[in-house]
Amino acid sequence: MKSTLKLALGLASAIFASTAVSNVAHAEDLTLCWAAWDPANALVELSKDFTKETGIGMKFEFVPWTNYADRFLNELNSHGKLCDLIIGDSQWIGGAAENGHYVKLNDFFDKEKISMDDFVPATVVGYSEWPKNTPNYWALPAMGDVVGWTYRKDWFSKPELQKEFKEKYGWDLAPPTTFDQLKQIAEFFQKRQIDGKTVYGASIYTERGSEGITMGAMDVLYSYGFQYENPKKPYEMEGFVNSEKSVKGLEFYKALYDCCTPPGASNSYMGEGVDAFKSGQVAMHMNFAFTWPGLQKDENVGGDKIGYFVNPKGPDGDQFAQLGGQGISVVSYSAKQESALKYIKWFANKDVQAKWWSLGGYSCLNSVVKDPKFPSSQPYAQAFLDSMAIVKDFWAEPSYAPLLQASQKRFHDYVVAGQGSPKDALDGLVKDWTQVFQDDGKM
Amino acid sequence: MLNRTADNVARATPEPLAKKIRGISDKGLAWLFISPTILLLLAINIFPLFWAIYLSFTNYRANRPNEVVKNLGLSNYQRILGDQDIWIAMQTTAHFVFWTILLQTVIGFTLAWLIDRKFRGHAFWTTIILVPMMLSPAVVGNFWRFLYEPQIGLFSYVVSFVTGIPPTNVQMLSNVELAPWAIIIVDTWMWTPYVMLICLAGLRSIPEYIYEAAEVDRASNWRQFWSITLPMALPFIMLAVLFRGIENFKMFDMVNLLTGGGPGSTTEVASITLKRQAFESWRTGYSSAFAIILFVAVFGLANIYVKALNKVKQR
Repeated sequence: MKSTLKLALGLASAIFASTAVSNVAHAEDLTLCWAAWDPANALVELSKDFTKETGIGMKFEFVPWTNYADRFLNELNSHGKLCDLIIGDSQWIGGAAENGHYVKLNDFFDKEKISMDDFVPATVVGYSEWPKNTPNYWALPAMGDVVGWTYRKDWFSKPELQKEFKEKYGWDLAPPTTFDQLKQIAEFFQKRQIDGKTVYGASIYTERGSEGITMGAMDVLYSYGFQYENPKKPYEMEGFVNSEKSVKGLEFYKALYDCCTPPGASNSYMGEGVDAFKSGQVAMHMNFAFTWPGLQKDENVGGDKIGYFVNPKGPDGDQFAQLGGQGISVVSYSAKQESALKYIKWFANKDVQAKWWSLGGYSCLNSVVKDPKFPSSQPYAQAFLDSMAIVKDFWAEPSYAPLLQASQKRFHDYVVAGQGSPKDALDGLVKDWTQVFQDDGKM
Repeated sequence: MLNRTADNVARATPEPLAKKIRGISDKGLAWLFISPTILLLLAINIFPLFWAIYLSFTNYRANRPNEVVKNLGLSNYQRILGDQDIWIAMQTTAHFVFWTILLQTVIGFTLAWLIDRKFRGHAFWTTIILVPMMLSPAVVGNFWRFLYEPQIGLFSYVVSFVTGIPPTNVQMLSNVELAPWAIIIVDTWMWTPYVMLICLAGLRSIPEYIYEAAEVDRASNWRQFWSITLPMALPFIMLAVLFRGIENFKMFDMVNLLTGGGPGSTTEVASITLKRQAFESWRTGYSSAFAIILFVAVFGLANIYVKALNKVKQR
């Protein structure tokens, strides 16, 4: 009887102890919040090494892109404790810094000898700094991204198509270097029969709900000469946002939408673009570089069938591309900031960054992207490097959300619904943005 | 026997406990039971309403909790009433409400009248007709989006088969002219059964002897319809219109799923504008004012309508 009692007590103690131990382990787990997409899966894989090294478990909260901003901005605004680490969109940086959502990382970087000079300059400005171009860091550049293009290499190399194209346009069918060339190629492929299927010219961003059409239109407008403000006088937008060059750029974007997109592509963003390209509907496809590793591996359109090119030049030879990507930040409401900082330190490590790139993430560390072997490491690596050298980004002001909503409305009304003229759309945008900045007391 | 037992139990109850039990009156007991509900209502309905009214006079933004909240007086209301985009959204809403109610009432009443004939298999057909109403709006929105898809959607192929227009040209959700009708068609498909059900209840409530008396007076079917069926079913029809009107005035899910307010702003009804202002632009004070304006509009119109309904019932 005594031995049975001892056994029972021992068993109970063991169960209690094991529960307690597991609770301790859980208490140390970090939760990392990000969007649900391919690079997130790569990060899960990568983070296993962190757990192995430190014993700190990692949990992940991934939300689809369509709800990503709503979900996590709500979380931050309500001072939620769900996320210890967050990979927030580049445009959030102003609001997150000014509203105290992110921990300022300057002291930590100094202490751990993490230098922002070791990262691609555009990503430091885009993902880490607020105010822009000042050494105030709120994130570590985590995932470089930029809008670029993929094309059907196999279609472009068909001799009969090359011959017909040359006869029609007088130049060789090849990845375009200017937007005019891009439109000619798109027109050439629009409603063409290839391998018994009707195909279309290009998939471009037209989505209304979140940020799609703004990212797409801006990607073109920058190279046409669009500027957000007077470089000498901040927030002065008249004559810059709605300059003649900007009007031409927006007109071009609408012409491209009207002539050369698949039927019904009036609400298309990253997912829809990938679907259009993967299903063999389009000859060219505008999308963020993060989609490229997945497309490269695709059995139907990847491998030798796919090629990549940098955003083409505008009429005056200017060439820019819309910045995507994000930095990783420590949430100031987290109770596990010390462990979260450990993760940032680990993530900044050279070897970890090299592995990050090999798994499908886009490293922003100079030592990775400036490695001589980097351009040949993946078929899309050179296009990514070239694109990252010409990036521009949307407003990153604390009021980025109403600024974005205004451009979404103005662009969609003109480009997709065909209401008004490009000048009306951009004049309206100046009016809306002026109102936002006046409300903020900045004008 | 029972009374005697009750008396015995009462006498056996210790005095302090008995005092306590006697202390709660019937009224007190009633309050005790309904107070949780009242507290819940206060917490989730009344308090947010008053809070929204307060916020509507401020520049408060939910995404900037640290910012000083300023009192703006009526400025938010003035801006909304002078905002061209808000008026366009209100017009879009009115267009949507008008056509959905008209189509649902006409088709719903016709179906109810046919079902009321009690033909063979009418119970089966009633069940079939009710199916769309039982589906979740999220499911309906998503599958209609596929049906409308110009390259693979069944709807485009049916239209193409009937009209000869190539299916890829039938762009229900991308075309500025067609997109509002695409939503009206789906809403009508989904909610006509609901109107039919209410109308059917109205038709079934008409006593048979009235028709028998009309038959004796040799009134034609047409005459019976205009003089008996329609007037007696009218309060029910009006009730259905009221329910659908209120629902469609605040329609959000279907529009959001099908078009998201696009193309451009062609299908941007008031609730979509409100959501964008409140949860995408984070203009909480401004959107609170807009919500109050919408609330007053719906509440006012519904009140006028209910008075008209009461008059019809009294006739």
